[in-house]
Amino acid sequence: MTDTTVKLSDAAIRRRQIKEFWFYFSQNRGAVIGLAVFVLLVLTAFLAPLLAPHDPTQQYRDALLVPPIWQDGGRAGFLLGTDAVGRDMLSRLIYGAQYSLFIGIVVVAIALTGGIIIGLIAGFYGGWVDSVIMRVMDVVLAFPSLLLALVLVAILGPGLTNAMIAIAIVYQPHFARLTRAAVMGEKAREYVAAAKVAGASNLRLMFKTILPNCLAPLIVQATLSFSSAVLDSAALGFLGMGAQPPASEWGTMLAEAREFILRAWWVVTFPGLAILISVLAINLMGDGLRDALDPKLKRS
Amino acid sequence: MLRFILTKLLYLIPTMLGITLVAFGFIRLLPGDPVLLMAGERGVSAERYAQIAAQLGYDKPIWQQYLHYLGNLLQGDLGNSLVTKKPVLAEFLTLFPATVELGLVAIIIATVIGVPVGVIAAIKRGSWFDQISMTGALVGFSMPIFWWGLLLIILFSGILQWTPVSGRISLMYFFPPVTGFMLIDSLISGQAGAFRSALSHLILPSVVLATIPLAVIARQTRSAMLEVMGEDYVRTARAKGLSPRRVIGVHALRNAMIPVITTIGLQIGVLLAGAILTETIFSWPGIGKWMIDSISRRDYPVVQSGLLLIAAIVMIVNLIVDLTYGLINPRIRHK
Repeated sequence: MTDTTVKLSDAAIRRRQIKEFWFYFSQNRGAVIGLAVFVLLVLTAFLAPLLAPHDPTQQYRDALLVPPIWQDGGRAGFLLGTDAVGRDMLSRLIYGAQYSLFIGIVVVAIALTGGIIIGLIAGFYGGWVDSVIMRVMDVVLAFPSLLLALVLVAILGPGLTNAMIAIAIVYQPHFARLTRAAVMGEKAREYVAAAKVAGASNLRLMFKTILPNCLAPLIVQATLSFSSAVLDSAALGFLGMGAQPPASEWGTMLAEAREFILRAWWVVTFPGLAILISVLAINLMGDGLRDALDPKLKRS
Repeated sequence: MLRFILTKLLYLIPTMLGITLVAFGFIRLLPGDPVLLMAGERGVSAERYAQIAAQLGYDKPIWQQYLHYLGNLLQGDLGNSLVTKKPVLAEFLTLFPATVELGLVAIIIATVIGVPVGVIAAIKRGSWFDQISMTGALVGFSMPIFWWGLLLIILFSGILQWTPVSGRISLMYFFPPVTGFMLIDSLISGQAGAFRSALSHLILPSVVLATIPLAVIARQTRSAMLEVMGEDYVRTARAKGLSPRRVIGVHALRNAMIPVITTIGLQIGVLLAGAILTETIFSWPGIGKWMIDSISRRDYPVVQSGLLLIAAIVMIVNLIVDLTYGLINPRIRHK
């Protein structure tokens, strides 16, 4: 008898996994649209200097609150109009994409790293270590996230960096809880016992043996946190606690536009629309990721 | 059941202590001298400094300061506002009903619309209603509500001029607060038009605040219904010839509501965070706006105690949700 099992190289296995992932992901039409919009957002952020018709902080003193081009009084140079100090809306929106992406990436990176380490320790060691860590996480979760972020910013001082740190601290318990739950499920499995018997150190067991098998829910949570980070940082910006003027962060732009809401609809409408579209795209993508990576969580 | 309640209460204690530690630590983590921060921005003389330090216990070791702080809390002393000089607790209690009223109306809107939409979407899975409502829910879930509020102001207050821009009631009306809820107090006052005025002030902020919970509840109801409708007992109910209305209303909906009730309860934290933004946009005199104003005025005693009170409320509401959950789902209680 001949052996019919085909040995696949690592690369081939990975290719198959990606193919399988894409199969499930692309079943969800919304997710594909979300991904497309997200890719556009990334491109906009990277190509901002090429795409933006004007410098985002350049003030055209002869063009204050110019309406969008299709409205009476619109000017050809300013497609989406200008704000109260004569800055081009379109250019500011394009540069704003950089802020949103940057905020999302930094917040998720900090929250994910911190949450994974804390969750791994709690889940792996159990006992009183687990109890103490999880009670601390409960305390953080008892505060409404935006309020805690606001107070942290009050301590650290307003500004984009501090806003990102604050939001990351607030999100981190979610990752810690998820990691802990996944680790506790995996810890009892045979492959972990086998690795232990083979003499793997605790660190190796935690990060190399167990962690890779807990990643699916973490990736889904990371996507959701990415969109929440964009929303919350815009909210902080709107409340004057996030990115400071003249930054073209979308929430900060909205804060500056507030007093003109009844006079110039465009200064209010476009930044918010940009936030909504980005957040929606990422959430759509998150739904698709969940369906593809974590069938247990499947919505329907 | 009593045992279940007691265990839950016991679990609350370490978290409550943790919250007091956070609130206690807040003032000490702020850059600058805590005594000067607590004394306000005008500065103090050396004697006054020593007096405040002694009064607040800053001349003692940190653990004694914490115990002192806890002792004050237990006596209901949450400090005084630097701006108004009034006790923080009294200020909180006058403003809190405004936030509760806004939050209650919001959660009612979210539930009354969200649950039926979720149920219908689940029953008519794949239909245009399902697709449109779930797309709408995802948009609502992704909504920057501070922007949404501004858009509604532009449309309903600016263009249509149907609703006022801010506040709880028109300045024309004045009556002493009885319940603290403007809708009820305006009715009790018997003044013509007062209720209408209160309602027109309340409608936009509560719709804005309801947006995200509504989306979450609709999505959660739909998925809970879909799950339950695949269960054996629903199939049995169908097989024995019950009308579809009875199958859905009695057998499916009741069981699907268990996770939905938890979801509704968990929205309280979301509502309180949302209240900060909503109250700021609509100048609604509740605790959300009070917190924001206090942070920007550096009224730290208010921020410290406000933080504590809000977290305590979230904890208590979560406890009530947990208990309700145990009440309607005996499986949890007997675990």
